[in-house]
Amino acid sequence: MKSDLDGVVTKLIILSSKRIMPGELLSKIYSLKKDLIVKETCFGAEVSGKKDDVEDALREARSLDPYGVFVKERGFLPGDPRRCRATRAGARPGFHQIELEVERLPLIAKALSEYERGALLRREEGEELNLSAGRFKEIIEDTLKDMSV
Amino acid sequence: MVKVLVYPANSLILADLVERFGHEPLSVQQEIREKISAPGLDSPPLNITPDDPKIGLRYAAVEVPSGVRGRMALIGPLIEEAEAAVVVHDPDPTFGCMGCARTNELVNFLIRARKIPLLELKYPSTEDDARDFVVRVAEFLKSLENGK
Repeated sequence: MKSDLDGVVTKLIILSSKRIMPGELLSKIYSLKKDLIVKETCFGAEVSGKKDDVEDALREARSLDPYGVFVKERGFLPGDPRRCRATRAGARPGFHQIELEVERLPLIAKALSEYERGALLRREEGEELNLSAGRFKEIIEDTLKDMSV
Repeated sequence: MVKVLVYPANSLILADLVERFGHEPLSVQQEIREKISAPGLDSPPLNITPDDPKIGLRYAAVEVPSGVRGRMALIGPLIEEAEAAVVVHDPDPTFGCMGCARTNELVNFLIRARKIPLLELKYPSTEDDARDFVVRVAEFLKSLENGK
């Protein structure tokens, strides 16, 4: 059976950015003048509407900071009383996963920007990225040798 | 565009990376959205329809705890739909009262049994690990595009 919610998608926009705040994100989304439900949250925003409109909003959001805006789907509409903290006790389901991942977003954002610049190469199995003490010693010895020549 | 199952099934980082690199992430929220848009269900995934136990029984036997079957009713169809998978092992929220160790084992087993392209990782905790994480995910997703 179909309902009014068919075709409506809801996305969570989570910011890990030094360049934008949730308020600026909302202004940008409102400026699109799309038929969307937008809710500002402490971590970013919730956007709900027809799929194409939501995708346009996400594209604009990402344009503000390509590596600092993260997006995932949400099953419930913004402010749904079955999930909203205003009408329930404790953290809402899904909070703990977001809490775990938000701590890692700055690392991922930095790695993504380096990857896009082409500065990253894949590490081989077992390969150490950190310089070992032995290798560091070799470099010092080589440098001293070059200087003495 | 390839349908990529992400695990943990509600992962923000994995869903974002899959979408960023041009594929469709399969996450449990999509299943929940389908359920809440169907009339007659008050508070999914806490409430179920008569069909859900039947779907769960396709993946786990009747003597298996009902929580496993309930979770599989949501995650099982996603595994069947997936054309590739990115799995992060042992994240904290999948352990303890918010998670279910048996469901995790079953999901990982079923993903392997599908013999679809699979990338297995751990959550990064340092900058170097994060770089490696992003490169591995990006290369895996790009290889799907090329049909390797």
